[in-house]
Amino acid sequence: MTNEALKIKLPELIPSVVFEEGGEWITAFVDASAWKTIAQQLRSNEDFQFDYLFCVTCVDWKTHLTMVYHLTSTIYRHSLVIKAKLDRNNPEIETVSDIWRTAEFHEREAYDLFGVKFLHHPDLRRLLLTDDFDGYPLRKDFEDPINMIKL
Amino acid sequence: MFSLESITNSIQTWLNNTFNPTIALLFECVIVGVLVISLFAVLGLVLVLMERKVSAYMQIRLGPNRVGPGGSLQTVADTLKLVVKEGLTPDGADKFLFNLAPFLVIIISMLVLAPIPFAKNFQILDINIGVLYVSAVSSVSVIGILMAGWASNNKYSLLGAMRSGAQIVSYELSAGLAVLSIVVLTGSLQLSDIIASQQNGWWIFKGHIPVIISFVIFIIAVTAETNRAPFDLAEAESELTAGFHTEYSGMKFALFFLAEYVNIFIVCSIGAILFLGGWMPLHIGNWNGFNHVMDYIPSSVWFIGKVFFLIFVIMWFRWTFPRLRIDQLLNLEWKYLLPISMLNLLLTTLITIMGWHF
Amino acid sequence: MYRETQIIKHAQKASSNGGNLEEAGDLVINVGPQHPSTHGVLHLVITLHGETIKNVEPHLGYIHRSIEKMCESLSYRQFIYVTSRMDYLSSHINNHGCAMCVEKGLQVEIPPRAKVIRVLMDELTRLASHQLWWGAMAMDVGALTPFFHAFREREMINDIMEETCGARLTMNYMVPGGVMYDIHPNFQKRVKEFIEEFKKKIDEYDELVTGNIIFQNRMKGVGYLTKEDAISYGCTGPTARGSGVSCDIRKLYPYEVYDQVQFNEIIETDGDCFARYLVRMQEMRQSLSMVEQLIDNIPEGDFQAKTKAVLKLPKGEFYSKIETARGEFGVYIVSEGGTTPYRIKFRSPGFSNLSALNHMAKGYKIGDLVAIMGTLDLVIPDIDR
Repeated sequence: MTNEALKIKLPELIPSVVFEEGGEWITAFVDASAWKTIAQQLRSNEDFQFDYLFCVTCVDWKTHLTMVYHLTSTIYRHSLVIKAKLDRNNPEIETVSDIWRTAEFHEREAYDLFGVKFLHHPDLRRLLLTDDFDGYPLRKDFEDPINMIKL
Repeated sequence: MFSLESITNSIQTWLNNTFNPTIALLFECVIVGVLVISLFAVLGLVLVLMERKVSAYMQIRLGPNRVGPGGSLQTVADTLKLVVKEGLTPDGADKFLFNLAPFLVIIISMLVLAPIPFAKNFQILDINIGVLYVSAVSSVSVIGILMAGWASNNKYSLLGAMRSGAQIVSYELSAGLAVLSIVVLTGSLQLSDIIASQQNGWWIFKGHIPVIISFVIFIIAVTAETNRAPFDLAEAESELTAGFHTEYSGMKFALFFLAEYVNIFIVCSIGAILFLGGWMPLHIGNWNGFNHVMDYIPSSVWFIGKVFFLIFVIMWFRWTFPRLRIDQLLNLEWKYLLPISMLNLLLTTLITIMGWHF
Repeated sequence: MYRETQIIKHAQKASSNGGNLEEAGDLVINVGPQHPSTHGVLHLVITLHGETIKNVEPHLGYIHRSIEKMCESLSYRQFIYVTSRMDYLSSHINNHGCAMCVEKGLQVEIPPRAKVIRVLMDELTRLASHQLWWGAMAMDVGALTPFFHAFREREMINDIMEETCGARLTMNYMVPGGVMYDIHPNFQKRVKEFIEEFKKKIDEYDELVTGNIIFQNRMKGVGYLTKEDAISYGCTGPTARGSGVSCDIRKLYPYEVYDQVQFNEIIETDGDCFARYLVRMQEMRQSLSMVEQLIDNIPEGDFQAKTKAVLKLPKGEFYSKIETARGEFGVYIVSEGGTTPYRIKFRSPGFSNLSALNHMAKGYKIGDLVAIMGTLDLVIPDIDR
């Protein structure tokens, strides 16, 4: 499916979708609480078949966090970027590790570095940092006067 | 012609003439002990250097070349380093068994040296059950390895020891059966008799197919028994770091290392005695001139030459093949080697009974 | 200390499980962070039942340097150099991916000469990386000699790299807009020498290892990964192609001059270790043929497009992907219009490939775990970043 076709098709599946302009691929904002059902539909819908989640990350916008999911379909070769806004003080979103198993590690990484809590994640522990690490280093307000050198 | 036989005989005559028989025997024991220990040291040095050089040539490297001419003193330097190193005993290890294990392993390989004829009439004890003695004593070494693995209080060591136990116990069967086929053909368990039976042709060259099969099985089985690659499951460094000797350091580690090389020497000498005629020179039919020249080479040189050829073959295996997996290793023994060697023994017995051998 | 407590907890959980003897007989072993076959500081906590693996749990982060955070304070020219330190075996390709992402933001068209040089360097890097993998792989299954043979040929590539880039491992040769400087006058001659030499040697590789019966027994039927699982776990590169997934970025989303050279995407459908092994072995031949096609066809002209001294990316998001020796390497840059990226994310191939390890290794023996890790071709700094 081309980007244009995706843009027409997508609102049929997700009525509340908001598109963001610019960028190589279609970027859609979805509601964090609805993400799980949307993800299931994107994965299983015959027209979309987004079976390959190639990048999961988070961006700290100082006022809120944004989860970014890069999806692609190995059958139709179309790609889609899904974004979900999260509350900065209590970031919570449903896990998609049961839909795309690669998300298990990527979500643990996002939890580790941004503190996003993935609900119903099978094994949500810190991945890269030590268990007793304090704070979430990729957030913009993270300060570590000992180990971080300001340029 | 140079011969070790005359030296030993003159020493024995002199001792018996000078002292009473008991003291003479005691002196002989001391001399033998000193000789065996120095043989150990020399073997360790030579074989380690040989292994490093052989592997270096196979791996397009130079190998040790700094200490002494051509790196010949490298092993001495290594031994010195190991001697002065601290021998650690890990916390929580069974101290008695942990310290006993390397000595047990080395004593067993020393014991096996007793019946081996290094040259014509040059052996410590020519017992009439030589073959049985060798296979019986060498199988005790598994106890030392199990002891080391268990007492180390380390999971890698334990796994390595258990693998080694399973492996040595099973491969002993086919090694023993392969040896038995020669025993059946010769009708004697005495090593000197077996060598004497190869007066007019080594067993491997006499053209008996069962002998060739047992030789191949023997080489495979002893490679496994000495824990050498491709059967080095007990110390597989990419899986178990160092297997049963993970926790050993200093001289205790060196003893394991030494025992490994001496064991290779022993199994290769058994192979040379049984299949390649021991110290017998190579004779071809009735080429009298050729046979005469061969006779001029001392018997000790023949023996050492054959043994080192077999050692080289085993080293060649190690630096060429990947390692087997534990289940494949046991499958190979129980599903292929053991049935084949049993049938082979049966065939040999048949040949002997019918008198088809020569 | 926390890792030790984790392990103790794990062991207690297993042994406190009352009447369940099978659980109580489990052995929890730490493989790594210092272990001969983890190729770096990977730490695996494996639960064994006898020799059989019940669970593999990777503990990462021993070489985590938070490169993503570092990049947030580095300019668009500077941050590329840090990425050499991620996948140090294909640092050229990492640099290339980052440079491509910045170029995408700047909308710079790079000169044809630079494109060809980039592809040549990428393929040589891929060859070097696969050579090292081949040696290490053979060493993992117990054959020590191939490692030295592989290094002999890898040394030739390193020498070529040293002449042109000035470095042997972390090249830092790709810059936004092209390459840093022109190729060395000897480059073409030496690459041709290498091609001639390596064509003979790669047959030797096959003779020494591929055909060996012990090696094939160790590899075949071990570490199965189905096509669906490979996609679901996000596996890319030879790992996924061994399971029949078509995922070569060079074919699917051609960049630079990959649409002008002849090469095949190697796909094996068995999904076991041997399939992954064969994919990499054939990829070496493909890379060699690509280098051969391009080496005499380097166009004349500039090696670098004119760019400003201080780069500023427009506000927006840029994602570029590239095929490294291990799989798909993605760079995601969020720009606020300044001279440094607002947020940068590296999607490293090893990270996703590693997440499939537990799935692949369950039920096999310890020796198989080593073989599976070998065929995944893990580079730990790439995983930890």
